[in-house]
Amino acid sequence: MSVEVTEREQPQPEAAKTPLVRIRGLRKWFPITRGILFQKRIGDVHAVDGVDLEINKGETVGLVGETGCGKSTLARVLMRLYDATEGTIEFDGQDITHIKGGDLRTMRREMQMIFQDPFASLNPRKTVGSIIGTPYQLHKVVPRKQVKSEVQQLMELVGLNPEHYNRFPHEFSGGQRQRIGVARALALRPKLIVCDEPVSALDVSIQAQVLNLLEDLQEEFNLTYLFIAHDLSVVKHVSDRVAVMYLGKIVEAAEGDTLYRNPKHPYTGALLSAVPIADPDLAAAKKRIILEGDVPSPIDPPSGCRFHPRCPNAQFPKCSEDEPELLPHHPGQVAACHFPLEDRAVIDTTAGG
Amino acid sequence: MTEPLIEVKDLTVHFPTDDGIVKAVDGVSFSLLPGETLGVVGESGSGKSVSFLTVMGLINTQHAQISGEILFQGQDLLTLPPDEMRTVRGEKISMIFQDPMSSLHPYYKVGSQIAEAVRVHQKVSKGEAHEQAVEMLRRVGIPRPDERADQYPHEFSGGMRQRAMIAMALSLNPDLLIADEPTTALDVTVQAQILDLLDRLKQEFNASIVIVTHDLGVVAEHCDHIQVMYAGKIVEAGDRRDIYYGAHHPYTWGLLSSIPRLDEDAAKERLNPIRGLPPSLIFVPPGCAFHPRCPYVFDKCRTDVPELLPSDGHHASRCHLSLADKERIFHEEVMART
Repeated sequence: MSVEVTEREQPQPEAAKTPLVRIRGLRKWFPITRGILFQKRIGDVHAVDGVDLEINKGETVGLVGETGCGKSTLARVLMRLYDATEGTIEFDGQDITHIKGGDLRTMRREMQMIFQDPFASLNPRKTVGSIIGTPYQLHKVVPRKQVKSEVQQLMELVGLNPEHYNRFPHEFSGGQRQRIGVARALALRPKLIVCDEPVSALDVSIQAQVLNLLEDLQEEFNLTYLFIAHDLSVVKHVSDRVAVMYLGKIVEAAEGDTLYRNPKHPYTGALLSAVPIADPDLAAAKKRIILEGDVPSPIDPPSGCRFHPRCPNAQFPKCSEDEPELLPHHPGQVAACHFPLEDRAVIDTTAGG
Repeated sequence: MTEPLIEVKDLTVHFPTDDGIVKAVDGVSFSLLPGETLGVVGESGSGKSVSFLTVMGLINTQHAQISGEILFQGQDLLTLPPDEMRTVRGEKISMIFQDPMSSLHPYYKVGSQIAEAVRVHQKVSKGEAHEQAVEMLRRVGIPRPDERADQYPHEFSGGMRQRAMIAMALSLNPDLLIADEPTTALDVTVQAQILDLLDRLKQEFNASIVIVTHDLGVVAEHCDHIQVMYAGKIVEAGDRRDIYYGAHHPYTWGLLSSIPRLDEDAAKERLNPIRGLPPSLIFVPPGCAFHPRCPYVFDKCRTDVPELLPSDGHHASRCHLSLADKERIFHEEVMART
């Protein structure tokens, strides 16, 4: 199973095509133990269960899925915050799956993360200046005396007032705090930034500001993003390619437009039909695929296709026995489904609008 | 003409603080007919939650200066003695909140929390109340409700908890259900389930619903009327179609064009966010409160407070631009994006 690198329409210089990140067969299982003295392993949470993903330089790859589908775990394994159970992660041509100590620390300069909750991810007892300046201290890339001016430049870059250097996080609004998180991630000029639901906690108007900021920064610093969210409309807006994740596996991947017009996996269709559209007529025209129930437990994932218990199109016994492979459909699109959706199955854009 | 279920007239809620008076709600008037759904849209701090907490009688009058009238079925809720208000709250009006985790008590079983609400208002035995609770859980679409009633909130997922909250809110068959950001903490798939559930229950219980949200997308499918709030005031109010296909206020335009659209073209268009931040409710800008963030601002906006003027039947907006300008800008600049 693999997610093919899609050819972009514009010709790109050769260097831009080498993937910055290559994930192969990645698994992350968390053991469940019982007992106090002798911790007996009684099962595993299959948080990420065989994921292949490539991210090209300068590209934004979106990752969507519901709570508990493993998208954040995938990000954390990629960041080496968790150790992979199986599989390999290559970053810039180097296998980083098992690197340690100094190598790991050097590598971390190249990849940074922006977290979901701007209230929980900033230390309330530290000033903004020291929060954004911490990466400089840890990695000693800037002489101590210059840290302040560097931090103030960063603050200006992300649209914060540099005079607020000595303020504390509680003095900022949600959107401004998220800007602080962005500035901190940018401090070491990383190549890759993993954005884990960076705008989910923000009001729509502020959300748009932060999304635009991320786009501007990408252009300015040639950044590569892995953008994680549960809202397909946000992901589609920022991403070149979108991967849909369900219960630890990627079930479909395609360019945003293809995904929107011709989703193949019923789960993608369901996500798509759940997105609120600020247009009553279009919203009424779209076919609703309401999913019943919640994501099943990843401790004991369903057999065959993991989506079959909730799938409106499931046919038995095929779907409950055979695990579908990721197969190509439209150019650049792969989906893992035995009975893929027809083209324009969810939103028929040809019918006006 | 049907009598409105609730009619709010010139509601003002001010909180005196050491730094000055927080004008959380500043002259809000609206009415809602039985069986209708009202969407209230605005950013954090626009006064939308405070307005409806006041309707529920949950704003402590010792700390707030409240004036105006809230006529609910002809009764002014603001002058009602506390014990009578308690009967209204729950039986006639109930509310569900944003975060279903913090609004359920973690120590009590879900079923007994719902049964408690029933027992406070009705003279029924414990067993009957429990049965009612199970029945409510079933009606909000929780599978195996009899087992689920004996579980604790932590055993429920986010969507289930919100369903349980809705079950609790509807257990006394209220006439008005206020949903304050009911889906903000939930996944989009669960959000769609909950909004559909509210729609279905509205029919079933013949209730009116108020949905408070910051996302105009959420209310597009489910609300008959929409009012947009900014800095404690209603800046635009109208029927659903008025707002989505002919909005008249620059703030509404900003909200509409902030939303990333699924149907936009491949060539990535930049979002058009509202610049700046919502104002402090202590130092509300003079003139039109939105003028520092408004791209169409002119001299009059800085000095004169615009009135909420109706352009036709239901549709009203609080903006100095001429109607012709509003229509031109909306069609040329706002709709052009879509």
